[in-house]
Amino acid sequence: MVLAEVSRRQHRAGGTRTELTQQTRVGETLIRGLVRAQLALAVQLSAVVLVGLGGLPWLFAIAPSVGRMTVLGVNLPWLLLGVLSFPFLVAVGWTYVRLAERNEQDFADLVQRPER
Amino acid sequence: MSNDFVVPAIVAVTLVTVAIGFYGLRLARTTSDFLVASRVVSPTWNAAAIGGEYLSAASFLGVAGLILKYGVDVLWYPVGFAAGYLALLLFVAAPLRRSGAFTLPDFCELRLGSRRLRTLATAFVIFIGWLYLVPQLQGAGLTLATLAGSPYPVGALVVAVVVTANVALGGMRAVTFVQAFQYWLKLTALAVPAIFLALHWQADGRPEVTPPDGPIFRTATTVVVEHRAVLTLPDGQSREVRPGDELTFAAGEPVPEVSGVATRASDWLLPSTAGSDDRGLFATYSLILATFLGTMGLPHVLVRFYTNPDGAAARRTTLVVLALVGGFYLLPTIYGVLGRIYTPKLLVSGQTDAVVVLLPEAALGAGTTGRLLAALVAAGAFAAFLSTSSGLLTSVAGVISTDVLGRGSVRGFRIATVIAGGVPLILALNVSGLDVSQVVGLAFAVAASSFCPLLVLGIWWRGLTDAGAAAGILVGGGAAVTAVLITVLGPPLTGWPATLTAQPAAWTVPLAFTVMVAVSLATRRRAPADTGRTMLRLHAPDSLRL
Repeated sequence: MVLAEVSRRQHRAGGTRTELTQQTRVGETLIRGLVRAQLALAVQLSAVVLVGLGGLPWLFAIAPSVGRMTVLGVNLPWLLLGVLSFPFLVAVGWTYVRLAERNEQDFADLVQRPER
Repeated sequence: MSNDFVVPAIVAVTLVTVAIGFYGLRLARTTSDFLVASRVVSPTWNAAAIGGEYLSAASFLGVAGLILKYGVDVLWYPVGFAAGYLALLLFVAAPLRRSGAFTLPDFCELRLGSRRLRTLATAFVIFIGWLYLVPQLQGAGLTLATLAGSPYPVGALVVAVVVTANVALGGMRAVTFVQAFQYWLKLTALAVPAIFLALHWQADGRPEVTPPDGPIFRTATTVVVEHRAVLTLPDGQSREVRPGDELTFAAGEPVPEVSGVATRASDWLLPSTAGSDDRGLFATYSLILATFLGTMGLPHVLVRFYTNPDGAAARRTTLVVLALVGGFYLLPTIYGVLGRIYTPKLLVSGQTDAVVVLLPEAALGAGTTGRLLAALVAAGAFAAFLSTSSGLLTSVAGVISTDVLGRGSVRGFRIATVIAGGVPLILALNVSGLDVSQVVGLAFAVAASSFCPLLVLGIWWRGLTDAGAAAGILVGGGAAVTAVLITVLGPPLTGWPATLTAQPAAWTVPLAFTVMVAVSLATRRRAPADTGRTMLRLHAPDSLRL
């Protein structure tokens, strides 16, 4: 039963899976491509956080008037850091999970593509 | 001041925790083994458990205390504590789960195949774990002392003994259900009183948080000083106060300026500006770096990832954790802000960490409502001490028993637990003067300068070697450890040396990365031969089942 399943899966997946597990040049190139895509995604999204949040202390420091602005009676830095930063972080995280899963799906489709 | 609801509330939380722990363990035993049992847990439950373990005394008490004391600049603590999970999600979560590593030393051995590196990682896990355990015990001592009037060591001792016994007897081990319960308890314990406090503030005629002439005492107040400080009275006179001094203030009298505290409205309300205070900006960035990158290197955080079925689930769980933790961190700010109005005496006494537990009674009065809410907060605080210390103690005892004592037996684990719990207790009894959140911040700085580069480079860079990893951990982590020891044990410093040691991450993290990369490049031949296979295992989608 189990053996049958394994052989069926191997039959379906074809040669690309073997390329990956056997560490051939094609397999290496494939996995390197995936790692690079995932790393690029993570770096891009950290850059978003770096600018969006990391820029704030610098902004408050060079433009003190921004820190004195008030919205609905609350000073802007308090509102940005104390409240809005959290949904912002969750939104970035949500975007990452979606895009990272899409990268993996693309990779899986490539590997499981029926052989000609 | 004593509140007769507090002790029953604390006892109830402790008993429920122990009871659920033992019940859960029995449940887990019947389902063949606890890993299998925990892997049928949904990402939401798992995330609540991770959140429950993560929200410690520093989050529950410390953040509000710091906000009361320093104002807007320390809002970076809660932001960073939450953002740490984003860094974990982006760079570590899924590959780490796929690696199958249960602890950081495991990861070292899996990725780089070096026993020596494993030993080094073990030493750092123990150091970080202890550094993080101390403020938990400190918080417990403080809470019991403030609310039940017991001497400071009692609370620390109670939590240390309960947690050590519980972990040693196996009650708390990896029981997802207990930790998840603790998360919701902590959230409730801060949220419900916060709603009452906000309503009270409305009904009170919305008194100003930052009156133009600085904070004032709304009622006649007697303050017992806990920490040495220099007060500047409104008439310009300055006066040094020592622990034990008693000061009385009439209703409506302004709060004197206290050295080391942002007493003036502008210091508290507005972020530090350039030119006037470059050290403030450096400290802010250092704190951001430590908290953003330190979370992934905390021993008790990583262990929990193993309970996810696969990499994709680890990612989704981390996202839910980020949301749960972020939601929690909206609350401490409310306490810190309202504390400026209702508990200004803490600014003078120096016990700002007690603001969360004192505020309900101070604002709502010592009637039944105020006392019940205070008891609820105390229960939440104890949940925080118990859950985080149990998680930490389990991780530290785990590495001590397998990597130091070298035996995997139950007896070995019990001995390791007693050692792992005893050392931080001794430390906690001797360092009551430090801010809870500051000590935690130092633990984050050490984690960010040692394990963060190891994990990030180990997962994403094929060129990492064991020699490079060891050098980076020793130099970067060592520098951070030195800074911690100087801050905690050394003489008081001023100026740049003080800033560089109190908030070391901004120089130790880049240092660790640089050394790790440079030494790895120099020892290129030592890169493991099976790196390609490891990379495949870390990054290939789970659905392929390679």
